[in-house]
Amino acid sequence: MSGRVLVGVKRVIDYAVKIRVKPDHSGVVTEGVKHSMNPFCEIAVEEAVKMKEKKLIKEVVAVSCGPQQVQETIRTALAMGADRGIHVEVSAKEYESLGPLQVSKIMAALARKEEAQLVILGKQAIDGDCNQTGQMTAALLDWPQGTFASEVTLEGGHVKVVREIDGGLETIKITTPAVLTADLRLNTPRYATLPNIMKAKKKKIANMKPADLGVELASKLEVLRVDEPPQRQAGVKVESVDDLVGKLKEAGRI
Amino acid sequence: MANPLRSEVIKLYKHLLYLGKDYPKGATYFKERLKCSFMKNKDVTDPEKIKALVKRGDFVIKELEALYYLRKYRTMKHRYYDDKHDK
Repeated sequence: MSGRVLVGVKRVIDYAVKIRVKPDHSGVVTEGVKHSMNPFCEIAVEEAVKMKEKKLIKEVVAVSCGPQQVQETIRTALAMGADRGIHVEVSAKEYESLGPLQVSKIMAALARKEEAQLVILGKQAIDGDCNQTGQMTAALLDWPQGTFASEVTLEGGHVKVVREIDGGLETIKITTPAVLTADLRLNTPRYATLPNIMKAKKKKIANMKPADLGVELASKLEVLRVDEPPQRQAGVKVESVDDLVGKLKEAGRI
Repeated sequence: MANPLRSEVIKLYKHLLYLGKDYPKGATYFKERLKCSFMKNKDVTDPEKIKALVKRGDFVIKELEALYYLRKYRTMKHRYYDDKHDK
């Protein structure tokens, strides 16, 4: 066992920022907007770092694909405790059409190259909401997958994963190497503190191109249009109980 | 003015200033209050008292981190889980 864990991190628009759609409906405004690490990726990093602290694994490698700016996100992962980073450089133009399939091809190629024992990803990113990368990475590698993990126990060549499914929890046992995707309740991600960010500057980030990994980035998907969600309609004030009952009947609620 | 605790206090201030960037009410709001609360104790010279104050600062750091985590967690829960009317 290599004892190496690969963690995918994505740079997304900060969760607290109000998203605005571009006037031509081709996408959302990203210029001059605060970005940070996808919250589910933070959970994935935390889980890997915790495993390392328990000495169950030896090394945590943070990976991100995208233009130069994603190095900030890798730095955050390093500040949280990852050992080194890999930046797969994708130009800003290519990045626009980079989808889960292309990313999972990169992740799969890296998992093979680094001989990873585990690949941990966030279950989905809060920008694309695709929830596909983990599943496709597992399929491309032909590895078992433990998705929507809310509890992970690593024991020898097995991983016990408690999964969040509709209406309850499911416990599965899979063999390593495996792909895991983190759900919200898996753990409490630590805050990347200032001293740790400074220390993280000394850690190494390897730079590579998708072509180095033999991955073709062409996407067959085309975004036709991006729209804002419909505006919530204003409520009404009612004068009396009778009014309220009348309105509810009108709306077919009673 | 070469207090041996000087660097520790400055470190604390810097750390808090950094954390304040994400403060829900804005970095400026936080910065003003941060400066005020440090200036309020600028005449404290007793090392024991300074140590106690630094400890209090460390506590505030913990509280802030917890606040940010909870805020993020709640937003995520609201966005992705609450629709199903959790028990």
